[in-house]
Amino acid sequence: MSNGTSDLTVWLVIVVLGIGTFLIRWSFLGTLGDRELPPWVLRMLRYTPVAVLPALVAPLVVWPAATGGQPEPARMAAAAVTVAIGLWTRNMILAILAGAITLFGLLYML
Amino acid sequence: MSPTSDPRPDSRQALADPGLAQAFRRGAVKSLPFLIVMIPFAILFGVVALEAGMDVAQVLGFSVLVLAGASQFTAVQLLSDNAPVIVVILSCLAVNLRMAMYSASLVPWLRDATPGQKAWVAYALVDQSYALSIQEYEANPRMALPQRLAFFGGVVMVVCLPWMIFSWVGATVGRAIPDDIALDFAMPITFLAMIAPMLRTPAHLAACFVAVLGSLVLAGLPSGLGLLIASPLGMAAGAAVEVWSGRRARA
Repeated sequence: MSNGTSDLTVWLVIVVLGIGTFLIRWSFLGTLGDRELPPWVLRMLRYTPVAVLPALVAPLVVWPAATGGQPEPARMAAAAVTVAIGLWTRNMILAILAGAITLFGLLYML
Repeated sequence: MSPTSDPRPDSRQALADPGLAQAFRRGAVKSLPFLIVMIPFAILFGVVALEAGMDVAQVLGFSVLVLAGASQFTAVQLLSDNAPVIVVILSCLAVNLRMAMYSASLVPWLRDATPGQKAWVAYALVDQSYALSIQEYEANPRMALPQRLAFFGGVVMVVCLPWMIFSWVGATVGRAIPDDIALDFAMPITFLAMIAPMLRTPAHLAACFVAVLGSLVLAGLPSGLGLLIASPLGMAAGAAVEVWSGRRARA
């Protein structure tokens, strides 16, 4: 690499990350397959997508990297419109379009 | 044993099953909007990695062997900052740990798949393939296992293959995307658009609200850690509201 990190080091990172990430993804699916999960675990797992993905993007909405972490009205409004249209129409593509139009419209105007 | 007495379904037969082809196509079509995000991000990864001094083989190595966008960007960033190798690896694995929750949440839907099939699903389990598939499984709970896997396969073809191809393109062509198109926000918008239609009940809303609140409060923690605390809190909140509203409905 340009900072002097050797090719071997980069490949070491790639291979270890590849194996580690696979094992994370395979963990429960690969090992728990035949056993019944307890009901309370199943109940929590039902909420995995609606908890993990919003928590993943919330900091990016409030403190966007593109503005150096400064909260910014266009991005907040775009996120709010995306969620509102998604809730209202239950249609992912409409929600994406509405969010994109809001973002670009506001960035253009502001 | 002769091939004809083999009880397993022939793979060509399986592909000819109209239900499977349909499920595969459905997964592929539903994923198409993600290309708008996936292609520029993949090119960006190729460009950023190239600028950091990696070669094309290493860029492809990341996108094929690791296949996890956020952690790939984190790795390149940390390697450029001369972070110790162990720090690079642990930080990136922390960024990917959320996928263990995806893995657990797929168990009820894919438990009867063969170990080989599970390994392939695990390999291609990214945010988009997880979110689109679980959305489909929940909306059509009577879908058979082969159809579920075919749907997942269709999503992976549209979501994961372009990630590999276009990170190679970025590393080969090496031209940056203009900064002024606010690409940073494509990912949040598509993720929010995926999730909003899934917020069907007060329990789902509670899970989402608590997880978001937690992730904002814990945003100062090292990369990925806040998410790993906030997400289970949200999931527990969803489960608690489900139990509570179930009891109220019976009372």
